Amino acid sequence: MTAPSDRASARLSDAPDRAGAAAGPTAPSHAGTSVVQDGGAGSSFGLEGREGREGREGGEARAAREARPAGAGPSTAAAADTGERLEDLAPDAGLPEDAAALSADWGAGRRRRTTGMGPRLGPVGWLRWGWRQLTSMRTALVLLFLLALAAIPGSVLPQRGTDPIAVADWIEGRPGLGATLDRYGFFDVFVAPWFSAIYLLLFVSLIGCVLPRIAAHWRAMRQPTPPAPRRLDRLAGATTWHTDDPGTLAAAVAALQERRWRVTPGRDLDGPVGSLAAEKGFARETGNLLFHVALVLILIGVALGAIFGWRGTVIVREGQGFSNTLTQYDSFAPGRMASTEALPPFAFTMTDFDATFEREGSQRGAPRSFSAVMAYTPEPGAPLETKVVTVNQPLRLDGAKVFLVGHGYAPHLRLTDATGRVVFDDTVVFLPQDGSFTSTGVLKAPDAQPPLGLTAILAPTAIIDQGGPRSVFPAPDNPGLFVSAFTGDLGLDDGVPSNVFQLDTEGLEQLGLEGLGPGQTWELPDGAGTLEFVDLERWASFTISHDPGKGLALAGSIAAILGLMLSLFVKRRRIWVRVEAVAGPGSTPASGGSAGADSAAAADPATVYRVQVGGLSRTEAADVVGEVQQLVARVGGPVKEA
Amino acid sequence: MSLAQWSNLFVYASMAMYALAFVSFAVSFAATRSLAVDEGAVPPGAPEPAAVPAVAGAVSPQAADAAAEARALARARSPQLEAEMAAQARRSRWGGRSDGAAALPPGRRAANIGMSLTWLATGLLLAGLVARGLWAGRAPWGNMYEYSLSSALAISGVFLAFSLRRDVRWLGLLVSAASLITLGVAVLLLYNDSPQLVPALHSYWLVIHVAAAIIAGGAFTVGAAATVLYLVADRAERRPEARFSRAVAARIPDSATLDTLAYRTNAFVFPLWTFAVIAGAVWAEDAWGRYWGWDPKETWAFITWLVYAGYLHARATAGWRGRKAAVIGLIGFASFLINFFGVNLFASGLHSYAGV
Ligand code: HEM
Repeated sequence: MTAPSDRASARLSDAPDRAGAAAGPTAPSHAGTSVVQDGGAGSSFGLEGREGREGREGGEARAAREARPAGAGPSTAAAADTGERLEDLAPDAGLPEDAAALSADWGAGRRRRTTGMGPRLGPVGWLRWGWRQLTSMRTALVLLFLLALAAIPGSVLPQRGTDPIAVADWIEGRPGLGATLDRYGFFDVFVAPWFSAIYLLLFVSLIGCVLPRIAAHWRAMRQPTPPAPRRLDRLAGATTWHTDDPGTLAAAVAALQERRWRVTPGRDLDGPVGSLAAEKGFARETGNLLFHVALVLILIGVALGAIFGWRGTVIVREGQGFSNTLTQYDSFAPGRMASTEALPPFAFTMTDFDATFEREGSQRGAPRSFSAVMAYTPEPGAPLETKVVTVNQPLRLDGAKVFLVGHGYAPHLRLTDATGRVVFDDTVVFLPQDGSFTSTGVLKAPDAQPPLGLTAILAPTAIIDQGGPRSVFPAPDNPGLFVSAFTGDLGLDDGVPSNVFQLDTEGLEQLGLEGLGPGQTWELPDGAGTLEFVDLERWASFTISHDPGKGLALAGSIAAILGLMLSLFVKRRRIWVRVEAVAGPGSTPASGGSAGADSAAAADPATVYRVQVGGLSRTEAADVVGEVQQLVARVGGPVKEA
Repeated sequence: MSLAQWSNLFVYASMAMYALAFVSFAVSFAATRSLAVDEGAVPPGAPEPAAVPAVAGAVSPQAADAAAEARALARARSPQLEAEMAAQARRSRWGGRSDGAAALPPGRRAANIGMSLTWLATGLLLAGLVARGLWAGRAPWGNMYEYSLSSALAISGVFLAFSLRRDVRWLGLLVSAASLITLGVAVLLLYNDSPQLVPALHSYWLVIHVAAAIIAGGAFTVGAAATVLYLVADRAERRPEARFSRAVAARIPDSATLDTLAYRTNAFVFPLWTFAVIAGAVWAEDAWGRYWGWDPKETWAFITWLVYAGYLHARATAGWRGRKAAVIGLIGFASFLINFFGVNLFASGLHSYAGV
């Protein structure tokens, strides 16, 4: 049996660089102390970290810590990211020394870097050091935090991506601050360079972390479980008993395999005697890796959508059609490399739109249902199909989805000018201004004689109070159109682009004001013409989007959840079984310190076997204790009270 | 009486029971100490009470207080109590199975009454929610009022589920308070008398996504309560002069046990929260044509997720375990609260449903 100090140095010698690497490029190596730490970078990912953590949680390791004489334990100051490893806790800890040594190779197969880093570093050394820092757990932690922090302004300040008008208002309200914030991208947080930098670094770190870990895990899974330590009696759930049944070992193998333990037979295996090692729970690390890889998949999915996808919005009035070409959109946001020439050639007409609202109680006026009846053709010449689109039921077409996102009113107006000519006869989109759908709109008829411009307020359920006309309920219970008519140069011919929802009344002559209900006609003053409020129709707005990355993002998300569950709920643990013949014809002398050798066994002429079983868990000892006890019970050992 | 009124009645009754449970747990907390003091079980090694005042008189009133406190604590941590706690710790990882011990240690009876009342309150709340759901003809988590009711149910539900396996009576005080506050906010500020939903919520994803978020919220709350207690216990263990912490620590499991409980709770929630966020994204894709749009609710869900991911990382990073990780966990919980209440009340976005 090796003395603790010997063992420590033995372990140090097989990992000469690790202790030094932990503390940075110029730190002296910790060789000579009893601390073996895994340095940052690849090897900090996973196994060691968990071992340290759970070593702490495990009763065994906690006991270990407490039992350790002061000053003899690992120095936490020197701890690398992954911290104390089980073997560091083990030496003075009452864990059997073999077991302690064994636990050192839990992470066996991990990449061993030999950098031979001394106090002086060349450029390569610095690069390597930088990479190691970037891929360390601590950096990942800091970056996770930074990313969370960086997202906050995006939720507090209005964002151009979702509400450009609010952004403009905000900046206008606080000119100095607004401009400064704008310069640094605070109104486009989620596409700002600093935000992107954080998550890109995080993902570089993640990949740098995961790749070496995958290789190490792959090797670890194919490596045999280390053989049983010499003494099993101080492992978790350790049980020793005597039996004359030569089939105990075989029964143990069968029982373990039945429970899907991976069983490695010991080299000392010889018929009914010998040892075996069993291990279970590789899925924990597999899950962890799957989770982190899945995060990369999600990012790729998001990126694909942003690069090759597109989305547009369009307002469609009842009875109006839309065909999917760029010019028909009210706004269109193509991805960086989206092909906008080849949009899928579908077309649709919104034949009907219906909205209902809450009529009773404290929620009066809240929307209750929206539905748009759509007649569509997936491609030119295809037969016409019909579908009702509601908020959670988009129209799915080849390569795009059509979502109902908003609605409003569109009064049908018929305007006749002084000459009796009908200069306008169509529905006009009015934009809602409040929850009761008090809406505003304009109608411009520059070709009328005289040129006419109308601004109007539409109230689906109209009242007039001190504040003027407004709506008190969003449904069209009592529609009122309150029109103000102007004449003069509407300025549509001078080439200055003008907003279809605004009429610049400066320089215009107001003809008069009037309130109209559906079906009513207003004779404009001065014989300038007539305005008929024919009917009240509706419009709906649709978002049409194409996102080639969302399937991947979804697949990544599902994989991430699966990986997480494996990683957080599976426990990795080992069980060792040793059977020795202690009396009878085939007996070998019991190994030293056979505490429980009972004399009754020795008196029996038949072969008596001593069976020892013990476990080691990286999580709490109790977890493996139960399994050890189950195994003991299965193979005929003494059943202990739980 | 309509089902809605029945629902309200159940909710009020449940609040009353939570209040009583809270009082019971508080009594238990107080009694744990005073009974121990009254019994005057001074451990053999403890300083003789009479010996101290002489010193105290010579120093200052505060010092006298401190000395008295120290004595009280020495008594509170009487050998019997120590033995009983140690036995408990041996019996289970989180502090012992709730077996009906014959000789009730101080405060035990009140804590048991608190547990029974918590069961009752939770049952009543469940009845209230079922009535509400029957009345509305849908899952009873369609507006802020209902979310809050469901959240209170989730908080105590998670706590009671724990209590089936472990003795977590010491957590009852914080949990009953959290449930009571949540219900109070719901009833006083968020009451909503409509069975109908806004159109965006007409989806089976409402059931899935919101249920996941609410259960996660309940567990986050329990995890945060354990984390707070962990910090107190840890402080008491590190700084014997911290009187309040020591007084509290005398009534709860040791810091390592609390740390484990907090970790397990948060580790249980994290995948669930991840699922809730992803289910939300899938739903958003159907409702709004994009699965992620950095709406304030989405942003804070993401922030919460990141911070808890940070928490899990911290627990595997040397120098970050223990206290620092616990603080990160609490920041995560704060983000969750901001997401749950703050965003609905103060931010405007697609997630700000009519009727708050
Ligand atoms: C997008 C960024 C990341 C997120 C959201 C994330 C999230 C998580 C989560 C939730 C866990 C807990 C699951 C578990 O314990 O197995 C975890 C574990 C882990 N992550 Fe990450 N991670 C990220 C990046 C990284 C990076 C860059 C590294 C490398 C330094 C890393 C290394 C680890 C390790 C070693 C564990 C296992 C910890 C343990 O032993 O419990 N992660 N990560």
